[in-house]
Amino acid sequence: MALFEARDLDCRRGGRDVFAGLSFSLAAGGALLLTGANGTGKSSLLRLMAGLLQPVGGAILWDDESIAEEPAAHAGRLHYLGHLEAVKPVLSAAENLRFWAALRGHSADIGAALEHFSLAALAEVPGRLLSAGQRRRLALARLLASPAELWLLDEPSVGLDHASVGKLAEAIAQHRAGGGRVVVATHTALDLPDAQPLALDDLPPPPLPELIW
Amino acid sequence: MKGFLLIVGRDLRLALRQSADAWLAVLFFVLTGALFPFGIGPDASLLKVIAPGIIWVVALLAVLLSLERLFLADYEDGSLEQLLLSPLPLELAILGKVLAHWLTTGLPLIAAAPVLAVLFNMDMAGLGTLLLAMLLGTPVLSLIGAIGAALTLGARRGGVLIPLLVLPLYIPALIFGVGATDSALAGLSARPDLLLLGAVLLVMLVVTPLAGAAALRQALE
Amino acid sequence: MHRFANPARFTRLADRVLPFVAAGALVCLGIGLYLALFVAPPDYQQGESVRIMYVHVPSAWMAMFVYVAIAVASAVALVWRHPLADLAAKASAPIGAGFAFLTLATGSLWGRPMWGTWWEWDGRLTSMLILFFLYLGHIALMNAFEDQQRGYRAAAVLALVGVINIPIIKFSVDWWSTLHQPASVLRLDGPTIHPSMLWPLLITALGFKLYYLALVLLRIKSELIAARLRALDLAKLKAT
Repeated sequence: MALFEARDLDCRRGGRDVFAGLSFSLAAGGALLLTGANGTGKSSLLRLMAGLLQPVGGAILWDDESIAEEPAAHAGRLHYLGHLEAVKPVLSAAENLRFWAALRGHSADIGAALEHFSLAALAEVPGRLLSAGQRRRLALARLLASPAELWLLDEPSVGLDHASVGKLAEAIAQHRAGGGRVVVATHTALDLPDAQPLALDDLPPPPLPELIW
Repeated sequence: MKGFLLIVGRDLRLALRQSADAWLAVLFFVLTGALFPFGIGPDASLLKVIAPGIIWVVALLAVLLSLERLFLADYEDGSLEQLLLSPLPLELAILGKVLAHWLTTGLPLIAAAPVLAVLFNMDMAGLGTLLLAMLLGTPVLSLIGAIGAALTLGARRGGVLIPLLVLPLYIPALIFGVGATDSALAGLSARPDLLLLGAVLLVMLVVTPLAGAAALRQALE
Repeated sequence: MHRFANPARFTRLADRVLPFVAAGALVCLGIGLYLALFVAPPDYQQGESVRIMYVHVPSAWMAMFVYVAIAVASAVALVWRHPLADLAAKASAPIGAGFAFLTLATGSLWGRPMWGTWWEWDGRLTSMLILFFLYLGHIALMNAFEDQQRGYRAAAVLALVGVINIPIIKFSVDWWSTLHQPASVLRLDGPTIHPSMLWPLLITALGFKLYYLALVLLRIKSELIAARLRALDLAKLKAT
């Protein structure tokens, strides 16, 4: 079974070391819960995992192959949900969702995905009329509209009501039951049974700049 | 190929639902062109001579005006990072967006060019060549402009920066585009200029996807 | 990779080389200018004003050379992410812009007695003007971002696009200028030039090249010191 892992990752942003020497491994069906104060690099780590950001040291591997080797293949097996929802104001909720699903080769059915996050009634409403929470739910519906082995979720529950947080936990549980893996960075309580915690606060501090320069 | 068409289709749909943007470029094109007789004087014989040059320069400025929205909205609402993480090669996605940009900016300008040609009393024998040259040249403007738009994402005063980066690179297209029309008006063959313009188009069809992808990747780091 | 680009080693090397380069630049420029101003013969057509050429032509060469150097440094920076290449590109751009400006200014001064105007849309001068604009765009983009790394990366892509486009621009401007006017006065037909004019030209050109090298080394060094200052400030911030 393929393993998703990182070895000795160094991350540097804007000339500043964010973290160094980070490692983890995540098996099929597993969940990784990133915790840490603001600025400890949770978002940066998720962007590294997605391949949007390159590490300055170490490597992220899928099945023993660096994700930097085959960025397109890696992009094909993941869903990344960042702080931005990628919802176009002039397209309807259904059009927004259908475009992203079709781009990943799944034009078939977005009804179930809309249904799961209680968006069926809003399908024809243009994006600009959706509330912040509804836009968030539409972004989450992308996860279900086309399958991907790896979900990378950055604060997925921000702006969601109680019921929707439950729906999100349910979607994640189903995803994991089917062998999918998920990495979540969150501050709020999210029901993730047997998630491996990864606390970015506990990492040794990055080397002082003097040592490098 | 399917992904490419999806991008073109989405961008066209977005442009049609916000069609004011495309109209503004055309309006700008005609209005700015119509300013020149006021600056130069209504001397018909002079206007006739400078018509191709004016039309090209004004078309170039109209395209420039529309460049900022090429990637900025997608950058700000997160669509660009989703696009980067889609299985579609980023180079192809860029070409799709440029094609949609040209269809909604370059093509309307070509349609509006005869209006300016009439206002400037241009010899109608050159109109066909003018339109043909614009057909080859305006895609070059979109392609080069896409690089400038991608490079300035997230920059301070990005919109002001784009002309500074893009205008010097527009000069060959301007020279060959006007040259073709001038040749036709002088009764010479416009072929060499048109071929050169086509060659520039081919070069930029290769350069823009590569440079644009590099620019977008670094913009999202 | 950035862990291996040892700035301390670079600084040591630069400190050792710099005095020789600077001295070489001074000597070459001194000899070159002396030969150009006092030894080389006046032109039989242009008279004494031909002496402007000994500054104009080498600076035109340098303006083009520096842009190519920036493009090479940019490719190195993009492919290997070598931070010294970023610094070299950043340090070179204003110097190249300076050479382009010098070319335009001397061209204008030379043109005055030749053409009777300060500016003529001559093919070479026009190409140089566009090159000057390319430099300005590069410098503006380099400094347009909060995050200097992004400035480096964006400017590097622009430099590579620019260097691909320069031959196209050059060709199109030549095409355009031969269409609109006769050949320029500033013509320098390499092999037919007399040795008494060639030597001062080559020596001045060498002096300019050494001057550029000295300036780049100096500017990279000061960038490194500035980066170290920022790093120390950051460390202090973390410690508190």
